[in-house]
Amino acid sequence: MKIPLSYSIRNLAVRRTTTLMTALGIAATVAVLLAVMALAEGLRSAFAATGHPLHVLVTRKGSDSELSSNFERRVFQDLLYKPGIASGSNGQPLASLEMVTVINLPAADNPDGVNVTLRGVGPAGIEMRDLAMPQGRWFESGKREAVVGKSILARFPTAQVGDTLRFGKGEWQIVGVMDGGRSAVNSEVFVDLNQAASDFDRSSVLSSALLRASDELARNALINDLETDQRLNVAARTERDYYASQMVASAPIQFLGTFVAIIMAIGSSFACMNTMYAAVARRSKEIGTLRVLGFSQWSILTAFFLESLALAAIGGLLGIVLVLPLSNVSTAIGSFVSFSEVSFNLSVTPSVMITGLIFALVMGVLGGLLPARMAARKEILNALRDI
Amino acid sequence: MQDVVIETRKLTKIYKRDEFEVVALKEADFTLRRGDFVALMGPSGSGKSTLLHLAAAMDKPTSGSIRVLGEDIAALRDREIAAWRNRHVGFVFQSFNLIPVLTAHENVELPLKLMRMTRQQREEHSRTALELVGLGDRVGHFPRQLSGGQEQRVAIARAIVTDPDLILADEPTGNLDANSAQEVLTLLRRLNEEFGKTVVIVTHDPHAARFARGIRYIEKGELLPEGATPEDWTPATPFAVTTPGNPKSSAQA
Repeated sequence: MKIPLSYSIRNLAVRRTTTLMTALGIAATVAVLLAVMALAEGLRSAFAATGHPLHVLVTRKGSDSELSSNFERRVFQDLLYKPGIASGSNGQPLASLEMVTVINLPAADNPDGVNVTLRGVGPAGIEMRDLAMPQGRWFESGKREAVVGKSILARFPTAQVGDTLRFGKGEWQIVGVMDGGRSAVNSEVFVDLNQAASDFDRSSVLSSALLRASDELARNALINDLETDQRLNVAARTERDYYASQMVASAPIQFLGTFVAIIMAIGSSFACMNTMYAAVARRSKEIGTLRVLGFSQWSILTAFFLESLALAAIGGLLGIVLVLPLSNVSTAIGSFVSFSEVSFNLSVTPSVMITGLIFALVMGVLGGLLPARMAARKEILNALRDI
Repeated sequence: MQDVVIETRKLTKIYKRDEFEVVALKEADFTLRRGDFVALMGPSGSGKSTLLHLAAAMDKPTSGSIRVLGEDIAALRDREIAAWRNRHVGFVFQSFNLIPVLTAHENVELPLKLMRMTRQQREEHSRTALELVGLGDRVGHFPRQLSGGQEQRVAIARAIVTDPDLILADEPTGNLDANSAQEVLTLLRRLNEEFGKTVVIVTHDPHAARFARGIRYIEKGELLPEGATPEDWTPATPFAVTTPGNPKSSAQA
């Protein structure tokens, strides 16, 4: 790089209005992409935080989700004696039979009601999940009592401790709030398994079983064992895999967002190209002069190409600045952006930012290459004559 | 050391404009020796700038040969020409052609970026050149903060900073008032006398031409013999526009 970089940078500064306009276009494009990526990233981290690495989730074969799985109580009894399951504090196997259904709660931003996951669990299910209890206490067995996730507390004004919720065959009192870190449990309501099973008339057919393996090797063997046991007819996978597969929920938004970002990127590349073509035309005489001073065509190409990249980088950084509040505000005031029934934080991570910057630079490359080539190919005398 | 700096034989340049051919320079034989200071004179479109551009390898001849400092410059490739020009030729433009976003120092330093030099060496050379043209106190100024005469002197500093053998100036006083023109011409003369630089200026101003040691006239693409003036010159052939019926087309300036 023989022509000093300051030459390229100062030329951007000299025509600051054009530079800023073009950079803003690139910034908007980057912001759209980053918002989508922050959403996916946030969702991913919520789901990733949900699963315990040694947990195995068992559903009926053919069911993609706990909600659609019919899991029989007698199958659970057979599971308990499979090798590789860890023991809990009371010496019993760490295995939790669970019932999952959906109830409707009026939300602050949606009075008509929003679907919320209701999970019936026993003591093993609570022990297996690493849950904090910032408020209240756990429900008592055989009572219509409920514990809500902390995101529920924030989103549903009628779901505070002491409030009652109506579902099943009666009224349920909220007695506590649970905090599962960043996990999806925060968006769920937990109740006693047997009380829920009787309220929803599902005493023998429930939803799923959660097992804790003693170690990684045992976990894999357990999954293999369960999957191949024809008699049981169940599907088994790690809890992490299960939640990762739930990421498909965000696929349409990710697809649409990425699609919009790419269309915008094409537009922004042309804007960048236009700006650079104008710069090449206006600085024709300079190009001729630089050539006469002994700079090669390659030096000229590099200088204009770098100018385009610098322009795009400014746009990329602006775009990152635009989306940063998405991350900060939601954590600072604890406002959650809800996606279906899972609450999570938009997450503008460093890797998301770097992707945004690279995306911007790609626009700079696409927009800068042709004008830079034109600059390099100018005949010296023609370049000097142009004004 | 080459004693002959520029040597052309039957040097011809024909420009093609659409279907017309314009002869800008016709079979010019021109010899310039080390230490010469020659003014090329002639009216607009006579071909004097064309000769200068050919000598700086900014353009390729249509036919004939041109050797500058012993190098057959028409045979060089782009990269070689760029390096050769950087090392051997300082070029001064009519409209100065400083880079507006760079300071006087940075403009002068620019050609040195192509050489193997430390930053400190570059700064020393640049300062020396600017002091030589009397602008040692303007190093940090941008071109827009300088007068026309000062700009041209910065441009001359830029042309000499690589210590080239040959300085080519295309109408160096064309955009300057009388006083500034005087300064610039005195400077060129000094570069020739004190530093032994070989200088060619293109001008149509007889006053400017008097600063040179010798004057060569070009009329309608033909270089007049040494000592000849336009008054005692009659064209050997009618001025050539080879396509008939277009009296308006004119040669390249």
